[in-house]
Amino acid sequence: MEHKRVTLFAGHYGSGKTNIAVNYALRLAGEGRRTAIADLDIVNPYFRTADSARELAAAGVELISPQFANSNVDLPALPAEAYRLVEDRSLYAVLDIGGDDRGAYALGRYAPYILEEGNYRMAFVANFSRPLTRTPEEALEVLREIEAAGGVPFTDIVNNTNLAHETTAELVQASAGLAEQLGALSGLPVWLTAAEEHVAARLPGRAVLSMRLQEKYFNLPEQKGPPKPRPLFG
Amino acid sequence: MAERILMKGNEAIAEAAIRAGCRHYFGYPITPQTEIAAYMAKKMPKIGGVFLQAESEIASINMVYGAAAAGMRVMTSSSSPGISLKSEGLSYIAGSDVPAFVVNVQRGGPGLGGIQPSQSDYFQATKGGGHGDYHMIVLAPASVQEMASLTIKGFNLADKYRMTAMILADGTIGQMMEPISFEDAEIENYEKPWALTGTKMERTHNIVNSLYLKPDELERTNFERFARYKTIEENEVLYEEYMMDGAEVCVVAFGIAARVAKNAVAAARSEGIQAGLIRPITLWPFPKAPLRRAAGQVKAFVSVELSMGQMIEDIRLATECTRPVSLCNRTGGMIPSPGQVLESIREAAKGGN
Repeated sequence: MEHKRVTLFAGHYGSGKTNIAVNYALRLAGEGRRTAIADLDIVNPYFRTADSARELAAAGVELISPQFANSNVDLPALPAEAYRLVEDRSLYAVLDIGGDDRGAYALGRYAPYILEEGNYRMAFVANFSRPLTRTPEEALEVLREIEAAGGVPFTDIVNNTNLAHETTAELVQASAGLAEQLGALSGLPVWLTAAEEHVAARLPGRAVLSMRLQEKYFNLPEQKGPPKPRPLFG
Repeated sequence: MAERILMKGNEAIAEAAIRAGCRHYFGYPITPQTEIAAYMAKKMPKIGGVFLQAESEIASINMVYGAAAAGMRVMTSSSSPGISLKSEGLSYIAGSDVPAFVVNVQRGGPGLGGIQPSQSDYFQATKGGGHGDYHMIVLAPASVQEMASLTIKGFNLADKYRMTAMILADGTIGQMMEPISFEDAEIENYEKPWALTGTKMERTHNIVNSLYLKPDELERTNFERFARYKTIEENEVLYEEYMMDGAEVCVVAFGIAARVAKNAVAAARSEGIQAGLIRPITLWPFPKAPLRRAAGQVKAFVSVELSMGQMIEDIRLATECTRPVSLCNRTGGMIPSPGQVLESIREAAKGGN
């Protein structure tokens, strides 16, 4: 897989950007590259790159996240260190951008550096099983809004269609056509299909990002727990 | 099977509200429920609905009051501090007998507290919050699917009884993503002859008001309203029982705490402790009858809450303190682990309260 110096993941909120960014950074580091990841999500304080701090540290990936991540401080502050990622051209940088156009505004301040260097990949993450991006046309609307807010044109599409723990390889394969249609509408190539590792193992082709998911979110009580009870309504 | 879609709890509420016929949303952003407003902002203009971000929570609840008086299916949503601000309006809505749908995706308190999940607005939701004698129907979803189904149920109940129905969720259920479907949506439509729709010079005008100048009239209205509440208590209680057959310890928990408790109950059973769970789905009306029945069977109750212990009082009232009730709790945005709940079940089984 060919890597750019800076890789950015943006998309509709809940599309899976953070998991993809973390797994992509782990892959870069696994291929022996000096890698850093920055969490630029100033919109949603509940889902954070910092949730994977241990895995990232073990793989030697440097993590830059907002000072107040995972605390009760609901302050949309960007980490000052994030500038180093766009300025230090000796490392591979992965940027996790906040959801929708509101999340992408934070990207604007780094955009001039990224565009000037010109060695970047800006990936639109799409999950066609999510509301408001159910069709290629809806996804294109979100894509254009993010582009206008963030100031970095998209270069690629990542298909991350999933239904959390109900995801099947069939579901992902059935969504390939939607991703291709979005590609045709936007003029962008479908770069990767991302999937949880068990599903990814059943997907054909090489352009698959096999992901380990954060336990915290994907192994919730009951989803893999005891059998479903019979509801008794009074 | 209906099509599956991966939704956040907050989005599920918004989409379900639209499917329930809600075309009027008034709100003000606050973590962790902002996705409801964001979803409405995107969708309402496309379907001829109204999305309005008011200048404050107080303004937004009064807009709800106005639209409800005009007979519209209307909603607002907020999180704990915002619901405190809306409480005056909720009292006026109750005093005027108009239907409204309100969502509280709770965060830690008191005060500004924190942005992480909590269940510490139980008293506020079930005992009033605003001033005066009144109740709201309070629904406590424990999954993203229930965020959707109880939203539709809430709109139906609000119209049926001309009062506020509130979803009392928490930050976890609001932010959590699960696949759901909308196949079971049953929209009930109720005539609203009291609504302010314009007389067209064909009828006498309607009045929606919570002011009563004559004390005996106000008293009569209060008694009539509470007769209606009694009907609700008799007919609208919802709860779930899990492994209650032969149970000696009854865990009581709602929302996200119930999901944690379920794992603990199963773990207790696997180590030979006869544990079961009663999960209130309506917090008002509270499922008193099943708890009373359970009190005749179990040795002890354990109330699992993300608060300093609020529902525990209703458990004691429902069971008339005939069995010990212990508290297993975390607060401030922390969530009890299945291990912590299991430990409380072990203690209760020993009779160590």
